[in-house]
Amino acid sequence: MDKRVLVIEDEPNISEAIRFILTRDGWHVDVTADGVAAVGALQTNPPDVLILDLMLPGFSGFDILKTLRANPATQAMPVLMLTAKGQAADREEAERLGVTRFMTKPFANAEVVAAVQEMTGT
Amino acid sequence: MSKSSLTGTRIRARRNLRGLRQSDLAQMVGVSPSYMNLIEHNRRKVSAPLLQAVAQALGVSEDALVQDGDIRFVEGARAAALRTDANLADLERVDEFAGRFPGWAKVLADTQARVERLERVVEHLSDRMTHDPYLGAALHEIISAVTSVQSTAAILNDSDDIAPEWQARFHENILNDSKRLAEGAVALVNYLDTADDTESGLAAPQEEVEAWLARMGFHYPALETMPLADLSRLVEGQVELSSDASRVLALQWLVRLQEDTRALPLDPFVDAMMELGAAPDQLAQHFGVPLPQVLRRLAMLPADDDRLTAHAMPGLVVCDGSGTLVLRRAVDGFPMPRFGGGCPLWPLYQALHCPGRPLRVTLLTDGRMGRRFTAYAICAPEMAPGFDIPPVMQSTMLVVPDSGPTNLPAGQQPLVVGGSCRTCAQQDCPARREPSILVTFA
Repeated sequence: MDKRVLVIEDEPNISEAIRFILTRDGWHVDVTADGVAAVGALQTNPPDVLILDLMLPGFSGFDILKTLRANPATQAMPVLMLTAKGQAADREEAERLGVTRFMTKPFANAEVVAAVQEMTGT
Repeated sequence: MSKSSLTGTRIRARRNLRGLRQSDLAQMVGVSPSYMNLIEHNRRKVSAPLLQAVAQALGVSEDALVQDGDIRFVEGARAAALRTDANLADLERVDEFAGRFPGWAKVLADTQARVERLERVVEHLSDRMTHDPYLGAALHEIISAVTSVQSTAAILNDSDDIAPEWQARFHENILNDSKRLAEGAVALVNYLDTADDTESGLAAPQEEVEAWLARMGFHYPALETMPLADLSRLVEGQVELSSDASRVLALQWLVRLQEDTRALPLDPFVDAMMELGAAPDQLAQHFGVPLPQVLRRLAMLPADDDRLTAHAMPGLVVCDGSGTLVLRRAVDGFPMPRFGGGCPLWPLYQALHCPGRPLRVTLLTDGRMGRRFTAYAICAPEMAPGFDIPPVMQSTMLVVPDSGPTNLPAGQQPLVVGGSCRTCAQQDCPARREPSILVTFA
């Protein structure tokens, strides 16, 4: 069975590109722009890797990460956080909340694929 | 009065610069504090041996205490030297330098003061670039479009075996993102081009006060116990407060915040929050204080208090009866204009129409990355009512970040608000008072 990646990203063209490159690499990729709904689904059906945008409407990537790390079922889930805000303060906050990898936009496709492989040891 | 007759004045100035108490200096040179007091007020002459001892204790030359050198020049020259790699051994002779070349010392001190002033301007402009909500949103939009174009173009370039329907889709995505990128760039240039001249200069007093309060985290622990008369000391020598106007304004706010902290001391207030939650009306009833005071107090709590980790730090906006914003505490995701009025839909302004009536409204900020907040607002008189005097009203709004599932009743939507009309893209807003620079009108 394919390993699963969930992408929470509100830019449809970015999530479409990520879906394409990871699907081509053999992953099953689900995409959503709704962070609040995704948090519920993550608890019941956790993916192998979560790709999480920081700037989401209503419920930010930090809020989602905080919720995941507070739940034993998702505490250790590998999370790659993507952001257009590259400030050191954001990176530090993400690390404080337990992010696995932090990547600033624009990113190279190969970097994303390599990060996902590395986080899952594939 | 001869030059030497002001020796006591110079001794006092030098002592203050070194942060010594009068009694400390008296002890160091072997005289009584009362005698030193008479010397410093030029009511006793200073003998030669005592002058030598005082100069030694203060680390200055005897000439510096008897000659009429301007201490501002000495300190200016010293500050200039400390910024460089100058030989610090020469620093001991700065008094001698200022005494022998007062003109050059003045040039050096003035230059040093100018450098410090320009540094404050650079720091202020840099801070403005970082925290301008529109710039942040515009750059985010552009970077998102660039990311999409780059990633999609790389897929098309690197793959020879993409199905035709995927190729068509990616080409369309690139086209759309390219348009978005162009529009975003035009909007950004318009924004920068149309910025008022006043926006590129030094900060207004109100901005300086807000920057100063922000540096302190809008919290001053000493306020609860400090005597009223001592408050003026807190506004002296503060980097952000560069004018008398800003210091006067800062002092006015300190007096008011002190009233708030005394009416609502930190520990009992936090205990009540633990027991009752952060509902402002319940806290106002519990302490028997006016609601605006509770709203201000909630915005002035220490961010690093472990007991408050469950409470998101709120923003605060206060306006007078004309709608002019008189205090802003920014909160991430809720844009507040630097100049002019805010969004006319803010409950802050609605409250002006119904004084004394508390308003609680769920807000959603304009834009694709809109965030939800709960706003608590109330308008109240600033002074006791009286005959033959006009009422002076003030409206206060607390803005609390509201994450997680909404508590709104089914079918009810949050009120969409912006920061100001200029930077809000809601085209069909009935309250719009001027066109947005974010929208390209055909």
